[in-house]
Amino acid sequence: MTDTTTEMDGNVAELRNTVRDPKGQGDPKSYRISKDGETTRHEDAAWADKDLKMYTRDVHVHYGDNHAIKGVSVDVRPNEVLALMGPSGCGKSTFLRCLNRMNDPVPNARIDGTIALEGENIYDKDYDVVMVRLRIGMVAQAPNPFPKSIYENIAFGPRLHGLTDGKEELDEVVENSLRRAGLWEEVKDQLHQPGTNLSGGQQQRLCIARAIANEPEVILMDEPCSSLDPVSTNTIEELIMELKKSFTVVIVTHDMQQAERVSDRVAYFHLGDLVEVGPTNAVIRDAQDQRTKEYVSGHIG
Amino acid sequence: MALQLTTLALFLIAITGFVMTRRRALAQGDGTRRNLHSQPKYHGYFVFLATLLPGLVFLGIFLLFKTPVVNWLTMNQLPAELRNQGSGALSLLFSRIEQHAAGGQTFGELPEGAQGAADFLAMARRAATWAIIPFALFPAALGFWFAQSRVQPTFRARNATEKIVRGLMIVCATLAVLTTFGIVMSVLFEAIRFFRMEPISEFLFSLEWNPGTAIREGQAAGADQGSFGIAPLFLGTLLIATIAMATAVPLGLLSAIYLAELAKPRVRKILKPMLEVLAGIPTVVYGVFAALTVSPFIINLGTSMGFDVGAKVALAAGIVMGFMLIPFISSLSDDAITAVPDKLRNGAYSMGATHGETITRVVLPAALPGLVGAVLLAVSRAIGETMIVLLAAGLRANLTFNPLDTTTTVTVQIANLLTGDQRFDSAKTLSAFALGLVLFLVTLALNVGALKFQQRYQEKYD
Amino acid sequence: MTDATAQGSAPGGRRIDSDAFRSRLATRRRKGAILKYSGLIAICIALAILGTLLFSIVSQGWQGFLRTNVELEITYNEEIIGGDAEDIPSGAFQEIARNGLQKALGLPPEAEDYDPSDLNALISSGVRYDLQQAVRDEPELIGRTAQLSVPVSSTMDMAYKGKLNLDVDEGRRQLSNQQLEWFNQLQDDGRLHSEFYWGLFSNSDSRSPELAGLWAGIVGSFVMIGIVAAFAFPIAVAAAVYLEEFAPKNRWTELVEVNINNLAAVPSIIFGLLGLAVFLNTLGFPRSSPLAGGAVLVLMTLPIIIIAARSALRSVPPSYRDGALMLGASRNQAVMKTVLPTALPGMLTGTIIGLAQALGETAPLLLIGMQAFVAAPPEGINDTATAIPVQIYLWANAPERGFAEKTQAAIMVLLMFLLIMNATAIILRNRFQKRA
Repeated sequence: MTDTTTEMDGNVAELRNTVRDPKGQGDPKSYRISKDGETTRHEDAAWADKDLKMYTRDVHVHYGDNHAIKGVSVDVRPNEVLALMGPSGCGKSTFLRCLNRMNDPVPNARIDGTIALEGENIYDKDYDVVMVRLRIGMVAQAPNPFPKSIYENIAFGPRLHGLTDGKEELDEVVENSLRRAGLWEEVKDQLHQPGTNLSGGQQQRLCIARAIANEPEVILMDEPCSSLDPVSTNTIEELIMELKKSFTVVIVTHDMQQAERVSDRVAYFHLGDLVEVGPTNAVIRDAQDQRTKEYVSGHIG
Repeated sequence: MALQLTTLALFLIAITGFVMTRRRALAQGDGTRRNLHSQPKYHGYFVFLATLLPGLVFLGIFLLFKTPVVNWLTMNQLPAELRNQGSGALSLLFSRIEQHAAGGQTFGELPEGAQGAADFLAMARRAATWAIIPFALFPAALGFWFAQSRVQPTFRARNATEKIVRGLMIVCATLAVLTTFGIVMSVLFEAIRFFRMEPISEFLFSLEWNPGTAIREGQAAGADQGSFGIAPLFLGTLLIATIAMATAVPLGLLSAIYLAELAKPRVRKILKPMLEVLAGIPTVVYGVFAALTVSPFIINLGTSMGFDVGAKVALAAGIVMGFMLIPFISSLSDDAITAVPDKLRNGAYSMGATHGETITRVVLPAALPGLVGAVLLAVSRAIGETMIVLLAAGLRANLTFNPLDTTTTVTVQIANLLTGDQRFDSAKTLSAFALGLVLFLVTLALNVGALKFQQRYQEKYD
Repeated sequence: MTDATAQGSAPGGRRIDSDAFRSRLATRRRKGAILKYSGLIAICIALAILGTLLFSIVSQGWQGFLRTNVELEITYNEEIIGGDAEDIPSGAFQEIARNGLQKALGLPPEAEDYDPSDLNALISSGVRYDLQQAVRDEPELIGRTAQLSVPVSSTMDMAYKGKLNLDVDEGRRQLSNQQLEWFNQLQDDGRLHSEFYWGLFSNSDSRSPELAGLWAGIVGSFVMIGIVAAFAFPIAVAAAVYLEEFAPKNRWTELVEVNINNLAAVPSIIFGLLGLAVFLNTLGFPRSSPLAGGAVLVLMTLPIIIIAARSALRSVPPSYRDGALMLGASRNQAVMKTVLPTALPGMLTGTIIGLAQALGETAPLLLIGMQAFVAAPPEGINDTATAIPVQIYLWANAPERGFAEKTQAAIMVLLMFLLIMNATAIILRNRFQKRA
């Protein structure tokens, strides 16, 4: 993993300059203290000066009068799997949806703070939301393939954005995406069958393949295994481990074992607060905050 | 008078039965409910229903079949030589017998032997008025006696009552099937009589529709019997329906897309009821609008632009029919679009699709079966619509597809053929039923097709 | 997972940074805007149509609620009408009315240079019957003189309302030069007034537009609606409850379902054919009777109410049902005591909407003989009757000019009844939704 990141050394200064940060809280370094405000941050020396894929600063989300996210600041590093963890209703999914502006269409939702992708504020007025979602793909909680053929499902993104020239290139992208999602061998003979005919686990991998076809930089996953059986879950988890070789993954899960299996770092949410963040082992084995401890030991479910 | 008396008596007996039985059941249980299988009131209900239902059923049967039976019996009184004439002459004779029986003004003397029938009819009608009392009350009494005799502590009165109620409900549900059966029978029966007079091949393939006048059998035979080719009517119907769909489908569909996907909830809340108002307006109102407002407008416009315009233009009827169908299509499409699950929209958004692309590439294709169903139902309505075309389209069958010409439709012809003189033995009158048969079959196919589409759609997302 | 090794070289690469991509994105945004504005335009057109429709009805119809009267001094001249109040021919009253007109116009009692029938044609043909009735009711009127306001003829009415073009040649005008002169004189003397025409509601149909009203149609329509409500509602509720709560899922119930859904979409004129063949020809129901009309409308409305009632039943949460069953109620009791009361407002809403639809229905009524001219409200369900929409249809086809505004006025009355019914349904629905 280290080899993919060394080349980005020294980019922090540039990052600081390109951030269009309305609230002037642009210095990412100041957030790498062990404890700031209410968030316990585990020191992670190996990453101290590495570049960030995404970072968020003091994000607040209101749904009408409901203060769903209360000032969350967390970094996402390149080619890592970051797990957002916490009990249901803690705001982890809400936060995830903020990362690619999926909360935009929600009526009376208000998002404050900074969310930046490679130093660019994705909530900037000039930042087209299509670009955001193209660069930050997403896989939903329940598989949601379009009621079209498997081929059409994968080709949806490339066609939409004009990413390919001609049928052959498109075929190539479809095959490639399916291969990378580990689905090619299973479906190569039924590419023109409806995607909705596949099993739940296959549908979810189809959705991952669909996201890959857009060549995003980050893939967000919202409890991708919650509706799947253990075997399919296992397949998806293995897939996530593969995916991080080429993508950055942010995954929401309430399953601690899953977080332990797939993630490099964990951010623990509680009632809209980011409570504790750090390397997976550190957070789960050595939780500092009382709330994290209780969750990890199974007292909060 | 006798009818009201009988109904009143039926209810009185049934209510008495209820009260009596409840008391008796309570007494049999030694004053406590615990000794009875069912509560005393269920014993009461049981007797109430067992009395009332047979009474009402027989009352209904009597009312429905009184007239036909009396008439049939009267005709049987006639001597054979009078009975063996054509059905037209026979019905004429019968109406004269009726006049004699009623004792009012009469036109001339009855033929030999018919006087007996007239006397019989007068007698039968008097008798029928009062025969209703025993006819309805006897079955009721029988039911009352039977139900009474079953009241015992062990009698499962509640189950029996529930069974009766269940049976009643099944009868009600079956009424829909009976209605369809009645439609098919009545249309088919008369249509077959029509096809005996006019060959079905001429009906289907002749290019001329000109039913002429209603001529009774034997009367001026060999005169112009009219020609009965459905083609021009079908073409006219198709023309007007096409104009209507061309108006309604784009407007209705786009309105639905706007309301379901693009409008803010507050706007939707205002606009949707307004469209529903448009849907609640009776078709005769649209017809008047077409005939008195839109038609003159189009004719003036067409004439001023130098077109050769008919007196009643198909375009006016078609456009107004389209207006009528806009809210119909819009509300059905709205249902279909809003039934598309949000997860598909979210899927499209997260793939980077814009709002518009989400609608055109994901939501609409997903809602397609529902939308097709909506359009099919709208076509069925356009073809079956009567009042607009009756007021705004013409009567003359015209083998044309020119929207500025006068055309007629199947429904106009049915209404026209059956609102004038009717002779149920002339090809002209009966041809309306043949047209009705075609109309029923075509709309049936469209409706069932639409239902199949919608069912498939519901199964997918429910 | 070996598949994933084929990574990295996606042909799309960083194509999204290109200008081509940006201009493509702008096009995509534009297409979205086009869709949005076409939707907005479509709905505006739909509303404009509604507006035009209502405007054309109101603008052509509001004068239908008005009738022009002329102030006359009527002398119940004993010489003309004689002494016996009971037995006076109506012709005598025509003369009395004409005398009144002559006096108003300052004409000599003996007509010399004009045709008296021209004068008669100025006032409504109904006036003489009104005068006749007045004398019958009050014989002491004979010999007296009274100031009366009597309706003018339809042509005069049209002229006063400005709906006749009076500037054309006599041959193309409905009023002769002489009559036009009289009209102008009466108008200049201030003897012509517009009044609210209550007769629109209290009179029945007439051949003369200025006397025609909707009373017979209103009675006929509501008798039929009553029949529909009395039969369709209980039958539909029973059928819906059975299909939704008790029916086993088998081929038979599936057939019933398809049937009901199809019946709701069968053209109404087909129901007219059914009524004609079954109710009139086979069962001998009287032609044009509310009984026959009501029976046809019951069959037409049934599927509509059944469908509405079923969706009302379906919206009752299953927990209500299960709760009752858990307490030991039988299936019947659970339905009767918990499900049915909860669904009832929804069913009523559906029923009212079904009734409103039946109220506007015309085509099937024409086929069972209701196109006939009916000048009196029905006295029973076997009597000859008409209905409001049928009246509208007949008036729309009537050649007299005066019926045009009456048609639109009748439409306004019909729409008002529908509005009241639908408003009731909406209020019911809202109350229901608030509680639920």
